[in-house]
Amino acid sequence: MSKHSTFSDPVIEADNLSFFYGSSQTLHDINLQFPRKQVTALIGPSGCGKSTLLRCFNRMNDLVDSASMKGNIRLNGTDINSSGLDVIELRRRVGMVFQKSNPFPKSIYENVIYGLRIAGVNNRAILDETVEKSLQGAGLWNEVKDRLQQSALGLSGGQMQRLCIARAIAVNPEVILMDEPCSALDPKSTARVEELIGDLREQYSIIIVTHNMQQAARVSDHTAFLYEGLLIEYGPTKELFMKPKNKQTEDYITGRFG
Amino acid sequence: MRKYLREGEPFVWATAATLALTLIISAVLIVVVLVNGFGVFWPSKLAQVSLTDGQKVMGEIIRTEEHPDGSGLRYQFKTGNRDLYGLDFRWISQEHVTLLEYPEDAVGLERQEYGNFYGYLKAFSLPEGRVEAGSLKQQYVELLPEVQRRMEHLDDLQDEVMVLSRKMQKIDLETQELLYESKNPDVSAVQELGRREAVLKEDFATLLTRQNKAMDGLEAFVGIFVDAAGKEKNIPLSHIVRFYEPNNMNVLEKLVFYLGKLVELIFGEPRESNTEGGLFPAIFGTVVLIFLMSIISFPLGVIAAVYLREYSKEGPVVRLVRIAVNNLAGIPSIVYGIFGLAFFVYGIGGSIDALFFPERLPNPTFGTGGILWASLTLSLLTVPVVIVSTDEALGAIPGGIREGSLALGSTKFQTLMRILLPMASPGIMTGFILAMARAAGEVAPLMITGVVKLAPALPIDGVFPFIHLERKFMHLGFHIFDIGFQSPNVEAAKPMVYITTLLLVLVVLLMSSVAIVLRNRMKKRYTYGTF
Repeated sequence: MSKHSTFSDPVIEADNLSFFYGSSQTLHDINLQFPRKQVTALIGPSGCGKSTLLRCFNRMNDLVDSASMKGNIRLNGTDINSSGLDVIELRRRVGMVFQKSNPFPKSIYENVIYGLRIAGVNNRAILDETVEKSLQGAGLWNEVKDRLQQSALGLSGGQMQRLCIARAIAVNPEVILMDEPCSALDPKSTARVEELIGDLREQYSIIIVTHNMQQAARVSDHTAFLYEGLLIEYGPTKELFMKPKNKQTEDYITGRFG
Repeated sequence: MRKYLREGEPFVWATAATLALTLIISAVLIVVVLVNGFGVFWPSKLAQVSLTDGQKVMGEIIRTEEHPDGSGLRYQFKTGNRDLYGLDFRWISQEHVTLLEYPEDAVGLERQEYGNFYGYLKAFSLPEGRVEAGSLKQQYVELLPEVQRRMEHLDDLQDEVMVLSRKMQKIDLETQELLYESKNPDVSAVQELGRREAVLKEDFATLLTRQNKAMDGLEAFVGIFVDAAGKEKNIPLSHIVRFYEPNNMNVLEKLVFYLGKLVELIFGEPRESNTEGGLFPAIFGTVVLIFLMSIISFPLGVIAAVYLREYSKEGPVVRLVRIAVNNLAGIPSIVYGIFGLAFFVYGIGGSIDALFFPERLPNPTFGTGGILWASLTLSLLTVPVVIVSTDEALGAIPGGIREGSLALGSTKFQTLMRILLPMASPGIMTGFILAMARAAGEVAPLMITGVVKLAPALPIDGVFPFIHLERKFMHLGFHIFDIGFQSPNVEAAKPMVYITTLLLVLVVLLMSSVAIVLRNRMKKRYTYGTF
């Protein structure tokens, strides 16, 4: 296995991570470090385990009955599976944006503050401020500021996805996981979200799974290539795309398979 | 032709025809019920016929039809006067009729007993010293307030009797309790109770004398009526519920009469073994029953379905439970009734009696049919419907919504309460409406768990503790069965069957409409649109 990048202050580290659905192993002994306040892309062909890996970081895989995990994942040095870190707390610190936008059937306002509401925040001033800040952060404020009390289901696809991003940043997480956030969007909305990712990296560490290699090249600082549950290559995006060290990586990014 | 078949044209026609057929059947049913139900109370004219043999007969012509032996037309008369003739109805062939007339002064009476009287008012027999002037009709109008005042006085006395007898009953119970609790009861306490009871009994006796006197005074106001044949009949004015001259009424008067009857129907007490008077106890019983059923089966079903869908692990057991629940909805309702009788009435009710009311045994308190047991039985019957619909409504929510909520750090419970249940609510309401409609239509299980032909008291009234769930109750569905098929005078009860059916349909419609409006508001709220 090739040598991968290491960082002095990684936000998330995975050590010897293996993952199983029942008896089939989908991740094999993954060692990865994610840099703080940068964008890391996970690429690879369908079924290579990149979404599974992403969902390990906020323990969304717990919801699957037959899933099991070996190895360690540390968030700022704390094992996320240890008793010291409650899963609720973990998910507050590690937000997630899904492939298919999933706004709740509530008003735009209520969607944004959902994370605060369930944490028990009911102070009107704080809520109002968070809504404005988050929507501005997600680049949606100017479009929806006059209809905050209307249903979120009336927004367009791209707006909905940005609303989901606003919802994720409203609880002020350290890491945002994005699971192919643009795959259901048109090119214009995609450009908008990509631009947004660029802005968000000032404040948040972002891990993005994408199918689209151009997108990975455009938005990310580092890229990891996964193939059949194995981490093949990991390095600064430019290096990985310009001079891949691995034959498989080269084949994949030049479109010979995948 | 083959192209025609391939395009499915005949199939389209078949689907349309099937839909039309079902619509027509339901429309006919509703129209029949509406026409017969709403027509019942319109006062029809009183016809008087003279027959070839010199007889005179008066009554409402109910039906005119071809005589089965082909000898011409025949009329069905509702002759009333059951106390004089024994029968309410009579067939008269047209060939025997020499004269058919509608006398202006023909009088119809609705009475407390023996059904309607049709005839003429001849005179009054009043208490000594009372003389009234004017025409008979004027006299009647003059006398009415006096009679009503006396009737109200009698009602007051009856209320006093009820209060006293309740007090006596309570002392009886206390005595029973004292005697039951210890082998050597506190003699002085028992004696004290006995002394109090003796005082009450004395009061009771004086009250009864007063009541009898008042009754005699009231019954001294008598109207002397004659039927078409001239036979006299003395009817105390207090027995007359309604006095009307249908041949002398204009449309407005008839309308007032009609509305009066409708009001009586909805708010009045039944008379004449339920074939006349009002349906209030039955309407009230039905509504309370459905309401109780709802507040039991709704939470039960929703909570069970939440566990089934959200918490239990998918697997053969859960699949088996789903199949079982679906099949529960198909068990004949009488089986639920028998189960209710055995489990609720005898099992739970019997245990309650043994634990809390042992001194009253062998008289049951809860260990006999009552509205609580009937509504529990109905809840059992409808809970599968609620479970299935809730389960499906929860299952129809996209998985992404659940993940989205969990990913924001909410617990499963928060997701359920804040997102999933609101989103499932329209589907849950649909199941609830179905359950309610099913419950309202059931009669069989009620017949063995607490419905009665005539309940002495309502399940909710003004007497402490106000809600008496152990009481037996009346029900519109059972009412239909009872007066339609168990009544001694089925022909006379027929209009009541229609009107009761109509009322039952209306009650169900009303309750479902409320639920449907509620559901549509939820739908709007949790899918699209404004807030």
